[in-house]
Amino acid sequence: MSYLGDAPQLDIKALKLDPDAIRRDFPILQQKVHDLPLVYLDNGASAQKPETVIRAISDYYRTDHSNVHRGVHTLSQRATDRYEGAREKVRSFINAKTTNEIVFVRGTTEAINLVACSYGLEHIDPGDEILLTEMEHHSNIVPWQLLCERSGATLKVAPIDDRGELILESYQDLLNDRTRIVAIAHISNALGTVNPVQKLTNMAHDAGAVVLVDGAQGAPHITTDVEELDCDFYVFSAHKLYGPTGIGVLYGRENLLDAMPPWQGGGDMIKQVRFDGSEFNDLPYKFEAGTPNISGVVGLGAAIDYVTSIGIQNIDDYEKYLLEYATDQASKQSGMRVIGTAREKAAILSFVLDGIHPHDIGTALDHEGIAVRAGHHCAMPVMEHFGVSATVRASFGVYNTVSEIDCLFQGIQKTQEFFG
Amino acid sequence: MNSLRELYQEVIMDHNRNPRNHGVLCDASHKGKGFNPLCGDELELYLYVNKESIIEEIRFQGKGCAISTASASIMTETLRGRSVNEAEKYFHEFRALMTGEAREVDQNFDLGKLEVLNGVSEYPARVKCATLAWHTLLAALEGDTNPARTEY
Repeated sequence: MSYLGDAPQLDIKALKLDPDAIRRDFPILQQKVHDLPLVYLDNGASAQKPETVIRAISDYYRTDHSNVHRGVHTLSQRATDRYEGAREKVRSFINAKTTNEIVFVRGTTEAINLVACSYGLEHIDPGDEILLTEMEHHSNIVPWQLLCERSGATLKVAPIDDRGELILESYQDLLNDRTRIVAIAHISNALGTVNPVQKLTNMAHDAGAVVLVDGAQGAPHITTDVEELDCDFYVFSAHKLYGPTGIGVLYGRENLLDAMPPWQGGGDMIKQVRFDGSEFNDLPYKFEAGTPNISGVVGLGAAIDYVTSIGIQNIDDYEKYLLEYATDQASKQSGMRVIGTAREKAAILSFVLDGIHPHDIGTALDHEGIAVRAGHHCAMPVMEHFGVSATVRASFGVYNTVSEIDCLFQGIQKTQEFFG
Repeated sequence: MNSLRELYQEVIMDHNRNPRNHGVLCDASHKGKGFNPLCGDELELYLYVNKESIIEEIRFQGKGCAISTASASIMTETLRGRSVNEAEKYFHEFRALMTGEAREVDQNFDLGKLEVLNGVSEYPARVKCATLAWHTLLAALEGDTNPARTEY
């Protein structure tokens, strides 16, 4: 049976990817949960890994592992080649100018903390302002709150409307000559809203601010071109991009990174160490103290190869189709309210059911083999805006199918009957 | 959904639909606030403890899932009229039931209706839902004004 089910409006010939073939690339999807085929719809939290990524990491440890940038021996050279080779893949994937602009970090959260600590403490003075949006993930709120506490700056928040879209007039009004940093999500993890980043960046630049884009939900789903977005920093995690956990990317404009002080000190980030002072290494190594997560970087490189082989635009088109199908189903489902109805949306269906708590829905769906997230999605201000304590979130990835969405709605129906 | 029924027993569904002792107690001698950071659920607990250390009145309100609402409701039913010492004993026994630890106090302790929540122990991610009211109870009795958080 084709996983495309019987969705009438899809022109299968126009589809440039084969969901059935893609599913076979992911070993974890071939299992049952509670005796039913696993329907994994928690990609917003973390995506599954294709065989090529798993194999790249295991091959690296079987044949090439050593420390990077250190030895003259063969294995060290191979490890370095794989590590730096992945950096070039990342550069190309987000269209950065040079690999000097690609810093490997632990994940999106660490990247934001790095910018807040290094760029922030250097450039932010008392009375300055940092502007966020109401839809940010906690990881794009708390590092800035900490920076404000340390620097005496003020946090400003641009509100969203009831569709979950940023209110552009309010955003414009909040930008002023005291605004130093603007931090915005590419795609909201709780709502699926795609922000008009290019426009927001232009407006922020006109006010003289630098812009950090939280791309945790952006990079895996839509084309990310940092030159086109014109942002100053772009950050994302590998594990939502079909890569391993514990590794992520900080993209920063070379001139900004160059002028920033190191964040953590240690080996690899220095040229010379003397007790009366040390000379720091060039970019990007200045920000990569200590032995890095080499296997993670190798896995990220393999994940980018995988995504690129399918084509990020094809993934975007397919996931938009899935979202459209799911949104249409949701509109026919009684007692269901979709949270986040932005006109530009990607890959995320957040919802609540009348009279049933999201936690109970999550457990009930799990009994149907369906994995969704139930909770506040680390975006408590968003929950507050919509007057709910939590939502259920189905988030789609490249391997999801229309028949899985049918399973989701059958599960929702059963859940409503069970708790009704 | 048969195995789901083992978790959501009829008594739980009933207490979720019609929570007992629900609401605010204006002349409370002890108040507690509970917060589950995992899901953002909140619970407020009100007690009136008399001079003989008997819980004369106990009420709760808040928003929560079926497990947390039913657990709070059954807790209030169980503890009304009992002494503070007995309530603390119930706390330890109930927590042991949820976490699957050996009963700390008394192997023969009768948890009564609370036993219907036994199935929750099979769902580690949901144990906090069931214990939120109890942690709030302990914080209220100890006079801790900070929101109680579940631990597991």
